[in-house]
Amino acid sequence: MGHGPAFEPKNGAVKWFNDRLPILSLLHGALGPGYMAPRNLNYWWNFGSLAGLCLVIQLLTGIVLAMHYTPDTLVAFDSVERIMRDVNYGWLMRYMHANGASFFFIAVYIHILRGLYYGSYKAPREVLWMLGLVIFLLMMATAFMGYVLPWGQMSFWGATVITNLFSAIPVVGDSIVTLLWGGFSVDNPTLNRFFSLHYLLPFVIIGVVILHIWALHLPGSNNPLGIDAKDDADKIPFHPYYTTKDIFGIGVFLLFFCAFLFYAPNAMGHPDNYIPANPLVTPDSIVPEWYFLPFYAILRSITFDLGIPFTDIVFIPAKLLGVIAMFGSILLLFFLPWLDTSKVRSAKFRPTYKILFWFFVVDMVILTIVGGKKPEGIWPVVGLIGTFYYFAHFLVIMPILGKIEKTLPLPESIANPVIKAPQKGI
Amino acid sequence: MSTIDQSIHGDDVTRRDMIHLGTAGVGAIGAAAAIWPFVHQMNPAADTLALATVEVDLSQIGEGEGVVIMWRGKPVFVRHRTAAEIAEAEGVDVSSLADKQSDGERVKPGKAQWLVISGVCTHLGCVPLGTKPGDEKGEYDGWFCPCHGSHYDISGRIRKGPAPKNLEVPAYAFTSDTTIIIG
Amino acid sequence: MKLLKNIAIVFVAVTVVSLNAMAAGAAKHPEKQVWSFDGITGHYDRASAQRGFQVYREVCASCHSLKYFHFRNLADLGYGEDMIKAFAAEYEVAGDPDDYGDPTTRAALPQDVFPAPFANDNAARASNGGALPPDLSLITKARHDGSNYTFALLTGYSEVPTGHTNPDGTAFDLTDGKYFNPYFKGEQIAMAPPISDDLLEYEDGTPATMDQMSRDVVQFLTYVAEPKLEDRLHMGLNVMLFLAFFTLLAYFSYRKVWANLKK
Repeated sequence: MGHGPAFEPKNGAVKWFNDRLPILSLLHGALGPGYMAPRNLNYWWNFGSLAGLCLVIQLLTGIVLAMHYTPDTLVAFDSVERIMRDVNYGWLMRYMHANGASFFFIAVYIHILRGLYYGSYKAPREVLWMLGLVIFLLMMATAFMGYVLPWGQMSFWGATVITNLFSAIPVVGDSIVTLLWGGFSVDNPTLNRFFSLHYLLPFVIIGVVILHIWALHLPGSNNPLGIDAKDDADKIPFHPYYTTKDIFGIGVFLLFFCAFLFYAPNAMGHPDNYIPANPLVTPDSIVPEWYFLPFYAILRSITFDLGIPFTDIVFIPAKLLGVIAMFGSILLLFFLPWLDTSKVRSAKFRPTYKILFWFFVVDMVILTIVGGKKPEGIWPVVGLIGTFYYFAHFLVIMPILGKIEKTLPLPESIANPVIKAPQKGI
Repeated sequence: MSTIDQSIHGDDVTRRDMIHLGTAGVGAIGAAAAIWPFVHQMNPAADTLALATVEVDLSQIGEGEGVVIMWRGKPVFVRHRTAAEIAEAEGVDVSSLADKQSDGERVKPGKAQWLVISGVCTHLGCVPLGTKPGDEKGEYDGWFCPCHGSHYDISGRIRKGPAPKNLEVPAYAFTSDTTIIIG
Repeated sequence: MKLLKNIAIVFVAVTVVSLNAMAAGAAKHPEKQVWSFDGITGHYDRASAQRGFQVYREVCASCHSLKYFHFRNLADLGYGEDMIKAFAAEYEVAGDPDDYGDPTTRAALPQDVFPAPFANDNAARASNGGALPPDLSLITKARHDGSNYTFALLTGYSEVPTGHTNPDGTAFDLTDGKYFNPYFKGEQIAMAPPISDDLLEYEDGTPATMDQMSRDVVQFLTYVAEPKLEDRLHMGLNVMLFLAFFTLLAYFSYRKVWANLKK
């Protein structure tokens, strides 16, 4: 990617400071006029900055909540209720944090789907993509541990079920679970370490986000056409073009966020988490937060052992197979840059992939629904088919489609189609 | 680059500047308003404020004795002074004091036997000795702060040492002859 | 792009709706009631909540605790300071140990929580045939569609309909000491019908029908579960209006910046 105008401060004092610590040059080049971006980015490219905004909201509200929260099983629930009732604007902070987590995942899921649609994971952006997946995994760990902290029924039983996943690991599984718990069940030591890690991991996320942006700025942003930006006519400075567009996007996003925050703050939570944790009573159905549902569905859909049919020989028991499938479904994405064999990035010029992409989205929606249902009636079958399709999409469809698909002719440059047909594209 | 130059030197500069200034201004107002909840959450919460008053039953405190009450997380000294102690406190020449206050200004009218003062040294916040019978009372028969050697008299006034002010008299009122409410 | 957008909107909508559908149980779904606290201009009906407090005090409080409700919170329901002190003083709570270390009691103060009827869960179970009466502080948030649910539960007792069956088709069998209530999970509940017509006399003279008392106590319990609802809705309206204005400005600003680029 080319560079925009260099940072040349007019003010002497600013220049003096920048010569000694060129942080202003860095910002100028990363988010200011110095960073040249393709001129045809559409609104789907807003979700990167929106995810960044969510991270900031979570950090600020989280630091505030930690000032009032007490990580002790005896008083954790009470301390959260004190935040909701007595702390000045405590209800606002907690509802922002709880809904902020959901909106963070909404932003990140759209960001990921945008990458999938426009082939943003392909060379030379493989490491950029993988760093994004690392952020995603860290987010999931952070969100899971955060959900445990209020010490309600769903907190406790969610923690119990998810930590028990590790018991599926052969030989050392039970020892690992004991290690995670710091005892023989989810209890006070577990709550304390989850609080510690829930506070730590977001700062790790910031670190990986910086690497993610670094890796982005070497090749520059992908774009809806998926072709490389060639000359200056293809590019515009990030500021003021994309800063103003991002600010507009933030306004729209905050409108949606505040609609939930102020008018339906508990819509994305579960009523059972307003019941204090009780190790003797399991809720009717343990449901994770909505953003984990597709992966929870994959976990539950595997109910069969992997072995030789009609014998008692089992290679992988169902429990372990389910855990492998769940973690595998995400780890798989690390190999996507090589599983997708197509030379063309954007789905715009891949007519078959475009359709199959939406099949994949529908499959994810179906898995989300299945993950929220009790595993009875038709749902386990639907879940199994959905899981099978999920893996088939990446392991079968992507490699084969890339070889056989007849792609549309690519435009010469970004500037050309934009200039010829200005009503389209932007 | 030609298209970019055009945008920077467009034909309707003033109107464009107005809308940008407006957006930035409104955004700044929003950001400033959003800061307040993040600051105000650190102020005392409703449950803390609810504990801001405390009632003390004085009938249990004999003459020449004192008690320490917890009020807002800090000690308050309540002392039932003897006639001799009152006379000693009232006999001090006010103009000779570092923080000029007569004893009458530090007690309720007609209740000179009851001294209610904050138990926090005005120097750096330690708790002075002198309430319990065996305590060191300092050179002026009142209270003595062991941290940096401040001496207070029997009216709680600073007489010697680094503390700049007299021990503070908290807001309190008699609800009956033998009950006060602090705060 | 339009298609892409529409599909994405549907995707998000379906996800959100499917979440809300998850909490449905086997029991009968409560009917929707009209509440003053619903909607974007929602508020608590002070008179109703005060009557509800009376119902709680005289009926519910003999079995159910309200551990996040302090006497001082009554100020939100329109009671003055003296009234609150008088209310509190009617109750005895544990005081500081005396000089010999023995436990003492004192009259409750505004900063105290409403005293629980039982010393602990085991005492509560022992007095209630083995069933634990839940704390009611969060009851309208800890149940799906909580306010409507609580109202439906309080007013939903009846005789077992003839020929009533379980969801799996087997004959319904009411356990001894339990009561039929179609809104409760499993359709039988250990709580006897708590509210009946003219069970108490309202201080403000309102006729104490079962419907009225249930409505009032739900108003009160919803307040106890979500005391900051009015602040939230009030701030929400201001924030939404501000954001709408800001977003509009930001849009024009963005279009202005991009206008010359397109020409």
